Amino acid sequence: MKVTVCIGSSCHLKGSRQVVETLHALIEEHQLTGRVELAGTFCMGNCQSGVCVRRDGELFSVTPETARHFFETEILPVL
Amino acid sequence: MRKFDTKVQHLKYKVLREVARDAWNGTLAMSALDIPKRIVPGKTPTMRCCVYKERAILAERVKIAMGWDKENPNVIEVIDIACDECPVGGYEVTESCRGCLAHRCEDVCPKGAISFDSHQKAHIDKTKCVNCGACAKVCPYTAINNHKRPCEAACKVKAISPGADLSATIDNSKCIACGACVYQCPFGAITDKSYIVDVIDILKHSQGGSAYKVYAIVAPSVSSQFTYAKLGQVVSGIKALGFHTAIEAALGADMVAYAESRELVEKGILTSSCCPAFVDYIRKQFPQLEQYISHNLSPMATIAKYIKEQDPACKTVFIGPCTAKKMEFRRPEVAPYIDSVITFEELQALFDSRDIDITSMEENVMDNASYYGRIFARCGGLSDAVREGLKEQGREDFEVRSASCDGIEECRIALLKLSRGLQNANFIEGMACVGGCIGGAGCLTHGEKNKAEVDKYGKLAHEKTISDAISVLK
Repeated sequence: MKVTVCIGSSCHLKGSRQVVETLHALIEEHQLTGRVELAGTFCMGNCQSGVCVRRDGELFSVTPETARHFFETEILPVL
Repeated sequence: MRKFDTKVQHLKYKVLREVARDAWNGTLAMSALDIPKRIVPGKTPTMRCCVYKERAILAERVKIAMGWDKENPNVIEVIDIACDECPVGGYEVTESCRGCLAHRCEDVCPKGAISFDSHQKAHIDKTKCVNCGACAKVCPYTAINNHKRPCEAACKVKAISPGADLSATIDNSKCIACGACVYQCPFGAITDKSYIVDVIDILKHSQGGSAYKVYAIVAPSVSSQFTYAKLGQVVSGIKALGFHTAIEAALGADMVAYAESRELVEKGILTSSCCPAFVDYIRKQFPQLEQYISHNLSPMATIAKYIKEQDPACKTVFIGPCTAKKMEFRRPEVAPYIDSVITFEELQALFDSRDIDITSMEENVMDNASYYGRIFARCGGLSDAVREGLKEQGREDFEVRSASCDGIEECRIALLKLSRGLQNANFIEGMACVGGCIGGAGCLTHGEKNKAEVDKYGKLAHEKTISDAISVLK
């Protein structure tokens, strides 16, 4: 599975670094490093709903606060 | 609202704008020959002896704006018919000499080159004079002038000399494409080739981003430019031109600072990699020091490499103050990552060719880098960043002794010392332009306050440390 976090300016200001850090830590914690690939991209063109996260083509709006919830509901169950 | 420092820049801008306008319309091939008459329509000359010469020179400017002459590998070119063939006499006594009694000029001359006529007026014997300038300094009437061509005075690598026809000629084996002569020639006879037509082509074929995305990589010195508008409006303007987004080259600078600080610890002695003119200067004038050049790509190429790894189909365009970047992006190690390079002057022409008034636009954001990445734009910034990079990697035990050099003359002294084993510094930060990138030839304006602007902009960065700024890239 590929999870891409937008690290463009707008999402960056809304906390994409914290989202990346949270997801990165959770992926390691659940020993999913080989199964979930975490990537970055500059601007998904959807700035108003940042932080934008794409999971296998599907778009989600995540914040630093909801990053853990996103992982538990949208990543773990789908694996 | 003043956009440029000089009228020469304004003229160059008008040509670029017209070429860009026709390139967007797809009519350039048909209309390129008409552009000179569009810029000089009447019968009264305003710049040269007649409108025909004005148009002939403009025709050359149009060619250069379109990226010709392809056979000359240098991006810095002389328009020979625009060169006024300024006098090259060196130190000469002018009419202001009052025939005084003191004769300080004679006393100070180390070569005995000064004599006096029956009216006590001074004369310089050119066969003896070594152009040291001592006489000019002591004359109470400032009656002794140095007649030196502005281009030659600006060229600190001594690549410019009068050719057989007396017009300026550039020795490509010495030229580092810093563009100092471009900015200094009062007749605009030396100019940098433009790739705006290529950039317009790239943008048009992207079909609004549906075929591929075009990323603008913007140099941090932008903070001292477009002062008539807000930086966020410049970003909006860049997007309105058809770029997918604008990314700070300073994020590449953060990456370079991190890597270069490690390289410094490994090698013990390092010269910086970010200024292409400085790197080229070492290769051409101090080949024995090439081993010390950092192996890191420049910030521009580093961030572009990352972008292309994430989005292999995309195109990248660097927008900055620098003419030497136009040479750098064609080097084999950089070419895979950067598709084209334009200057701030050319960005202004692109805006106006599309009638984009950035002052009326909403502000967009561009915030990727840390304070340290952003201050690369001014002299001393890179050394601060390397020091910070070591600190963040727990290597405070390693002492960075930096020599921050701006302007080729300072660079030369630092490199000479290094080549003779007399250099106490272990990190040489070299920037070919005086003041650093904010003094670049492709800047719209060059001002005293620019350094403060860069620091102010640096402090506004969302991320305060290099590690935080680059952590999203892992």
